[in-house]
Formats: sequence, C-alpha cells, structure tokens
Amino acid sequence: MEIDRDTLLLMLRRMWMIRNFELKVMEVHSAGEFAGAAHPYIGEEAVAVGACAALEDTDYITGNHRSHGHPIAKGGRVDKAMAELYGRVDGYCKGKGGSMHLADYSIGILGESGILGSSVPVAVGAALAAHIRGDKFVSMAFFGDGASNQGALHESMNLASVWKLPVIFLCENNQYAVTTSYADTVAVDHVSDRASAYNMPGMLVDGQDAVAMYEATSAAVARARAGEGPTLIEGLTYRFEEHSLGLGRVARGAYRDEAEIAEWRKRDPLDILENTLISQGIATREECDAINAETVDEVEKATDFARNSPFPEPEDLFEDMWANPIPLP
Amino acid sequence: MAQTVFLEAINQAIQEEMRRDESVFILGEDIRRAIYGATADLLSEFGEKRVLDTPLSEEGFFGAAIGASLVGMRPVVETLTSFMWVAMDQLISQAAKMRYMFGGQATLPVVFRASMFYGAGSAAHHSDRSYPMFMNMPGIKIIVPSNPADMKGLLKTAIRDDDPTIVFEDGTLFGMRGEVPDNADLPGEELLVPFGEAKVFREGTDCTIVAIGGAVNHAIATADQLAAEGISVEVIDPRTLVPFDKQTVLESVEKTGRLVIADPAHKVCSAASEIASIVAEEGFWSLTAPIQKVASEQVHIPYTPSLEKHVYPDVPKITAAVKRTMEG
Repeated sequence: MEIDRDTLLLMLRRMWMIRNFELKVMEVHSAGEFAGAAHPYIGEEAVAVGACAALEDTDYITGNHRSHGHPIAKGGRVDKAMAELYGRVDGYCKGKGGSMHLADYSIGILGESGILGSSVPVAVGAALAAHIRGDKFVSMAFFGDGASNQGALHESMNLASVWKLPVIFLCENNQYAVTTSYADTVAVDHVSDRASAYNMPGMLVDGQDAVAMYEATSAAVARARAGEGPTLIEGLTYRFEEHSLGLGRVARGAYRDEAEIAEWRKRDPLDILENTLISQGIATREECDAINAETVDEVEKATDFARNSPFPEPEDLFEDMWANPIPLP
Repeated sequence: MAQTVFLEAINQAIQEEMRRDESVFILGEDIRRAIYGATADLLSEFGEKRVLDTPLSEEGFFGAAIGASLVGMRPVVETLTSFMWVAMDQLISQAAKMRYMFGGQATLPVVFRASMFYGAGSAAHHSDRSYPMFMNMPGIKIIVPSNPADMKGLLKTAIRDDDPTIVFEDGTLFGMRGEVPDNADLPGEELLVPFGEAKVFREGTDCTIVAIGGAVNHAIATADQLAAEGISVEVIDPRTLVPFDKQTVLESVEKTGRLVIADPAHKVCSAASEIASIVAEEGFWSLTAPIQKVASEQVHIPYTPSLEKHVYPDVPKITAAVKRTMEG
C-alpha cells in the first residue's frame, strides 16, 4: 500500500506527541502536580496512531483507561488533555473526567471508559446510527487483551456482525491485564482468532509497526464504509511502563521479567517508524529529530497551559448533569 | 374522549414520535412481532432499520442505543426491568455518567422502556420494581405512569427529552382502560405531559396519599371507600420520580397534616423512603401523625399466588395506614 509522505510524517509527529506527553505526565505526576491514576501508553503508540491515521475527523472512536494516546492519535489537543489531567476548567471535560475520561466530541472522540469493555457497545451504537441513516462514517472501539474477555465485547461483536455495522474492533494486546498474563486469561492464541466466531475478518498485526497498523486499519475502514461489516484487528504490542503511575512498581519483577521488558524495548515503535522513513528516503534523521523536538515544545506549552488554568469553582459541581436541567433534589 | 388501553397508549406515543422525527427508532427483543403488544404495527410502517429485533444481549444493545444517541439518534429501547440487571454497566457507567464525566459534551436522548411484570405469578426473576435503585444514581430521569393518558404523554415527552430516561411501565396496568384525549382536541394537537409535575387525582383534607405507578389506582379506591366513612383523602401521583415535584406534596401535607406513601417497590430505600425523608426534612411541622410507608415486603417475589398477594401495597393495607395516621 502506498502511503503519502504527509500521512507518514503526521503519524511520526503524533507518536512523538504521545511519547513526550506521557514522559511529561510521568515527570509531573511523580512531582505530585496532580492526583489520581494515570496509565502510560509508552510502547504502544503505533497502535493508536496507525489505526487513527486511517480515520477521518467525522469518524468516531471510544477508548479505555490507558487513554492519553487515543485522543492524541485522532488529532486531539494536548493542552486540553493535559489541563484535564490537572483537573482544570480548560481541560477537555472541565476537570470532571480526568486521565481516564478524555473526550473531544468536535473530532469524534466519544470518550473513554474506566470500566473496561464498557465503551465497546457504545462504539457499536455510533455505527448503528450510520447504518440506520445511511451515513458513511465508521466507528472504532479501542480495548485491551484484558477487556477482550468481557461479555460486552462478545455481545458487541455478534451484534455488529449480525447487523453488518461499520465498526472496527481494535484490540491493543499488550499481553497483560494489569499483572495477569494473556496466557493465563485467554483461551485462544490470539484475540483475533475470535473473529471467526462472529463471522468477521480477524487480523493479527505487528502493533509496534505504525505502517502495518495503518494498512490493516485502512482495509477494515474500507470494508466498513462499503457496508460489508465489522473487522477485528489485534495489534500485538507491549506496555513499556507499569500499569498505572504510582501503582505496582514493586510488583514489576513478580509478573514480567526484566529480559522480556528489555526485549520488547528493542522494538520501540518510534525507532521502527523512523528507520522506515529514513531507509526509504522519506525523511532524514534531522527531520525526525526536529519533529521530536517540536512535540517536546508543544507538550511543554501544554503543561504551562494546564498549570495556569484555574480550578473549577464550587458551583461548577452542579453543572453538566443534564442537557435539559431539572431542580436539584 | 377515547377510551384507550394502557398498551395502546404506549403504541400511540411511539408511533406518533416515529412519524414526527426520523431519528427515533426502536429496538429490543421480539418487538417486530410485538410480543407484549406495545410495538404492534410499527414494523410495517417504519421498516426494519427503525424497528430492530435484537439478540439476547442487553449489555450490547443497551450500549448500542446509548452510542446511537450520542451521534444524533433518539433510540427507544424496549426491555423488562428484570433484564436491566445484565446491562447495568451500560445504564450506570455510560448512560448516567457520560454527560457529566465528559464536561457536558455528551448528549444522550435515549429512552429505556422497562416493563414491570409483578403480581402475576412471574416469580422473583421477572417481577422487579427497580426504580428506587435508579433514583439513587444521578443522571437518569425516571417516570412511572399510572394510567393510559399519562403513559402516552410522558413517553412522548421522554422521547423528545435530551437526557436518558427510564420509563417504568407497570404491568398490572397493561390492560387498564382510561380516557386519552384525541389529538384534535388538544392545544398543539398532541398529548405531552411535562416532567416534574405531580397530578392530584382526589382532593382531600384529612390525609395525603402519595402513590406510585400501579399503587395509584389502589390509593384512589382507598380514598373513595374512606370518603364513605367521612375521611377525606387527597391522592397524589408524582408521575415522575426524577425530577420529583416535592412542592405539590409539601403543600398537600401542609393542608392535611398526614402522609401515607404507597409504593410497589421494596420498602427499604424505596421511592417511599425518599418521599418520607423529604417531608420529614421540609414538612415536619405540618405533620400531626407519623408518616406511613406502604411498600412491598422486603422479601423476594414468591411464585405462588397465595404468597405473592401479601407482598404489595393494596387497598386494605393503604386503608389501614390512613387509619393509623388518624389515631390519637
């Protein structure tokens, strides 16, 4: 598949944006600048970026708890994302959602769910709307190998296949549900094997390779837009950091050995994409480094933006409950 | 005015709203063949894309309705209260919470129509009256119609409302006949009942009965019987529990000084409990007797009619409660 240079450079930019965003989050979280859990996406950037590069702004996505990468991959704003993590009024959700609940309805990011698997039926619903109205948009549900065991996933895949809905089930298989390994929890070799039970294509993709993710997702999107129904894509990847900031550092050795982590770190998705771009003469080392540096700057500005944004006022507690407000009890 | 059966009122509401707005569609189990009657003739008029029979996958299709509502559709889900348990995550984690959690970005005009089959030998797994559990969760509007006209008017309002709503449809009322105004006789030529406005079915001066859903008819019968004994009872149906019209209840208690609440839900943390607490907090000095709750016994619903008949509020229980408020 021929991918134009702009798309490839945009993918590299978004991957660096996620990487540098997450590095900054780890830094300021450990400095105590904001509270709550945050789940770094480092190591998995190629999955969301490759997949979202195959989408339009008018397409929809839903995500999960490991959630900073999805909105950035779809073109969301890092300043509003960072301000949300800081709990400020200029955050995506005015400080009411936090790290696990970023959303940007202006570009089809329907929101992320801290309850795993729970946002998948929601993505199916957006696709159902397209089906009923004859619209051409598609929707994509991001979920992990852990959530692949939820009943919601199975109900969603069956429903989407029966109704031939334009939805892509995008499994980010990072091989651990917190500390429990894939082999201990999933009865088949690959999540994508399950596609056959729902009469849809299942694709196993190298999740460290953004180009491979883009190509697989583009095929699934084309299929969805043509009215041929859903696809299950499994991006095989690895979480380079711990499950959640402030959680589980002591447990690292207990569930993943250092050799395994080191082996996967050799397959850094940023190295893989940059090597492709440089070896094919699409970009120079200097151009790649410049993109990295620009995203560092942008994340720095986003962090200043977040720090300078005010906290919500107490009366904001009662806002945003209803579209059609009713009196407080 | 036409005499209309409760189920026909549901059907009229859906049909009128589907004609009026192409974004309205209905989905659920066995609705094309209208197994419960409420969806009769919708398939032939609106076609397969807007009248969807679903797999037995409540979590899946509740979530699909929620997702469709986020992108501009107005789904109406048909289900049973007892089937909502398997989809609670979608109702609570998504429908109720999304708008607030996403800082007001999400708008969810989705309606869940949940039949409450009780009092008919359906046993514990098909007899739930679960609205109080949802009252505890912010983010869902809750309506419990007690007669065909309110059923029609409230459902139409729910379908047009931009927030998630659960309509608790009382199965003991499905065959009830009542007057439903003809559209031609109405201002705007349609029946819309606003949320948050209680209805006073009987005016009285001695005791107020606030009754929910199927208990409203029992409360009216109680009031009519007690009138013969010289006891003047006011009967109020809140019609919507979220939002709740506390003003009408407080003003009535100010007049009567006594309050009985008849609620088919289980007694503990029931709608009755909440109404009692509102009146205890805000209307205490109006009371001349302790508030009486007449709700379902705190047991599961037994199959055998010989036991089930003792569970729910009925005329003798409500009558006894009114009389307790009149003692001393």
